[in-house]
Amino acid sequence: MSQHEIALRVNGERRTGRVPARLTLVDFLRDELRLTGTHVGCEHGVCGACSVLFDGKPARSCLLFAVQADGAEIVTVEGLAPGTEELSVLQDSFWELHALQCGYCTPGMLIAAHALLLENSAPTEHDIREAIGSNLCRCTGYKQIVDAIALAAERLRGANLRQERRDGQ
Amino acid sequence: MANEVPAFRYIGRKRRPAEDRRFLAGSGRFVADLALPGTLHVALAASPYPAARIVRIEADAARALPGVRAVVTGAEIAAATDPLMSGLDLPKMLRYPLAVGQARYVGEWVLAVVAETRAIAEDAVELVDIEYEPLPYVVDPEAALGPGAPLVHAELGTNQLLRRQFVWGPVEADFAAAPRHIAYRARWHRSATVPIETFGVLARWEPGARLLEIWASIQDQLARALRLPGNAVRTHFDVDVGGSYGGKRGLKHAVLAGYLARRLNAPVRLIEDRLENLRGGDAHGPDRIFDVSMAFDETGLVRAMRMRALDDVGAYAGRAPFQLGKPIGAIVGPYHINSVAYEPISVATNKTPEEAVRGFGQSPTNFAIETGMDLIACDLGLDRIELRRRNLIPREAFPYLIPSGSTYDSGDYHAVLDKALAAADYPGLVRRRDAARAAGMLAGIGISCCLEPSGGNSSFEPLLNPKRDATTWMEGCQIKVDLSGAVIAAMGTSSSGQGHETLASTIIGEVLERDPDTIRVVHADSLSALPSNSPVGSRMAIMLGTAAADAAKKLKAKLLAIASHDLRLPLDGLAYRGGDISVASDPGRHLTWDQLVDIAHSKFHRLPPGTEPGLQALAVAQVPTGGMLPTADGRVQMYPCYAFEAHVVYAELDRVSGQTRLKRYVCGHDCGVMINPDIVHGMTYGGIAHGIGAALYERFAYDGNGQLISGSFMDYLLPSAHEVPDITIVDHCTPSPITSFGQKGSGEAGYLGAPAAIASAVNDALSPLGLHIATLPMTPDVIGELLAEAEERKR
Repeated sequence: MSQHEIALRVNGERRTGRVPARLTLVDFLRDELRLTGTHVGCEHGVCGACSVLFDGKPARSCLLFAVQADGAEIVTVEGLAPGTEELSVLQDSFWELHALQCGYCTPGMLIAAHALLLENSAPTEHDIREAIGSNLCRCTGYKQIVDAIALAAERLRGANLRQERRDGQ
Repeated sequence: MANEVPAFRYIGRKRRPAEDRRFLAGSGRFVADLALPGTLHVALAASPYPAARIVRIEADAARALPGVRAVVTGAEIAAATDPLMSGLDLPKMLRYPLAVGQARYVGEWVLAVVAETRAIAEDAVELVDIEYEPLPYVVDPEAALGPGAPLVHAELGTNQLLRRQFVWGPVEADFAAAPRHIAYRARWHRSATVPIETFGVLARWEPGARLLEIWASIQDQLARALRLPGNAVRTHFDVDVGGSYGGKRGLKHAVLAGYLARRLNAPVRLIEDRLENLRGGDAHGPDRIFDVSMAFDETGLVRAMRMRALDDVGAYAGRAPFQLGKPIGAIVGPYHINSVAYEPISVATNKTPEEAVRGFGQSPTNFAIETGMDLIACDLGLDRIELRRRNLIPREAFPYLIPSGSTYDSGDYHAVLDKALAAADYPGLVRRRDAARAAGMLAGIGISCCLEPSGGNSSFEPLLNPKRDATTWMEGCQIKVDLSGAVIAAMGTSSSGQGHETLASTIIGEVLERDPDTIRVVHADSLSALPSNSPVGSRMAIMLGTAAADAAKKLKAKLLAIASHDLRLPLDGLAYRGGDISVASDPGRHLTWDQLVDIAHSKFHRLPPGTEPGLQALAVAQVPTGGMLPTADGRVQMYPCYAFEAHVVYAELDRVSGQTRLKRYVCGHDCGVMINPDIVHGMTYGGIAHGIGAALYERFAYDGNGQLISGSFMDYLLPSAHEVPDITIVDHCTPSPITSFGQKGSGEAGYLGAPAAIASAVNDALSPLGLHIATLPMTPDVIGELLAEAEERKR
């Protein structure tokens, strides 16, 4: 098995590794970098639990090899919050509306929603369902997730307009 | 009285669940997230045949691969471990983690490779050569019962694992007296809970301590199979579990990993991949054929029902056959049916074994009953809702004893149905459906009225297996207040998304009048030995809730006793407020929470004589109404609490693709007092989504060669945000008169009524074509084919 040197940025930090060609990106993130927030659900690209941002776009880290991420900019769920012990507005909205139960699909859902909100500050319910339509959740029936993403969008719009509204979030 | 919700300080109010934060931060601790140095990994070779004798295993090449530490076969496992327990009395049905001598279904584990990485282990599996001799097999449950059918377990001499005939009430007389009868077959094909996290286990043997450590969502029986005393296994229940809904048991996984960890003296990790999970995880769900007849009068009042339920449990029987037993506790649904004959039959086939699914057999039974209600309405030309109204048990009839021996605690079914219809704007829905039909579309409205039995007693065990005279299914909770005054509560099981920590902290906070957010709830491991069972049967709000409340009450009583002694006043002269205790007539004289804690921990001279120092209390809850063995004619109180749900759904069918699109979904729901409404609603939304899957998409399909043909998420289709519509839940509250706060269980809500309601909607949509189906799932290809055949017939 050939080994390859890779260097990439993960959650803003430069990380390097020497990886076998067949190592998937999700295994690299979880086993080598110990970023275990990204989950493995199906390993065939359907469930979305392993979603990460790859150069700004949501991607299935189970369908990518680690070597393909050489030079890439990766964001995982651990990179969403502004700081340790803090939550992003999106994460906090999920908490406010209990948009999760077992928490297993949650990191992938957050990545999908985060990517949506980067591009669309006022998503409709349809937009939200499109954005998370490739992420499977077995607990929630999606309702509270859809509502939480809408709430996050609303809060983020408010944050852009009025700084003083940010307190209490 | 219905809808008069008692006022609580914390119960029923909005509260952010304590568990959510760690999951949102990406810092949940699931079993695959744990890393022990030197961990070895397991990969499995699985049977490609539905039945085959294992003739020869050639594994030298695998053993020689660098990094491989062991290759283990069924023969070795059978010599070193005891068979996995069966719920039924079937001593000749031997089941081990790996097939011994013979494989009995496609995907059955035949051999395990342990290696330094999972990749090496998988490489080694490829190098193993297993010679099989294919044997006759059977995959159809009715064929399996027939004469001359291939036997799944030759030692048993039959594929029939269980057959009972219950008659509750004057069934013959009621059928004879009723002017009208219907008879029908309802088919529920196998689907399952399919959590997004597969089953996983990490095991480590501590040779010095002679202790096996297990990280997994696994309960009893493990030590016994490993021939270890119970106190030589520590199961860590604080590991986060990525969904279960009943299906995640993993006994064979844990026994295998535990055995390997001890043999190799190294941590061993077994994480199913998705194919292993769907094919060899032994967690398929009920696979059931109902033959039902109902006797009724001209007004639609149902007098009697006969139900034969044939369930295909697959190749081995664990607890799965008991899923024919739970529905006995709600065998008449929400209706006042006078007499019932019930014949549950459990049959083995060469398919993946069945495990518990959310509702433990109740949802298929609800579907079978509701199919009959729609057929009767059709037969009489009566409105389906009016028919249900006439048959629903009226509010004033509670507590209501059903023929099979259970008493329904409380309910107001008509009110919940009316609320759901109002929220759905039922007349508007009818107009919408009719307009759609006028435009040439296939559109239908579905109705279902279903029960959610909760908090069970495991009474189905003695009912279906008299050797198991179990009459409790307890749950414990221990509360401690530490020296700093902080409250810590311990529960005895793992959680898989149900919010048990929030449940317990809310209830303890309610009793002690302390902010639940300041109460930490931990999951005791199995050696901490908190008497408990597991979070099944929608029981935790009732059982953990009762245990937490009782422990908190004991603790509060101790605080009051300390204050009474210290203030030299009788108890009735004291007032407890927020943890502080004051003299009722003189609030200025008081002891604060911190002072009381200090006395309890360090001032023995101020404690009442004979009082233990410290502040802790343990309570173990017995199931309300539990403790009774079945009568000779098979009557028993099965569940203490009965929640109710009424579903109203509007659907449109695509004539070309056959896909059913749900355009409006309302669920009226009454589970008594909700401890945390967001959690209850979340589980109900999720249950409905799961029910949508069972009704329209999910099926473990087998071909004629006994091959599972839906072994990936490309074939086994879980509903996504596109298939699950925006659901409206309408709450109603009829408190249970027999629980601590009026709560009922609710973890299986939504799933219990959704398949019935969706089937009802599909059939309403098909009715203008004169078509009817009573087979789930109603997948696009099933409906498409039905429509095509109808089209063909017209030509």
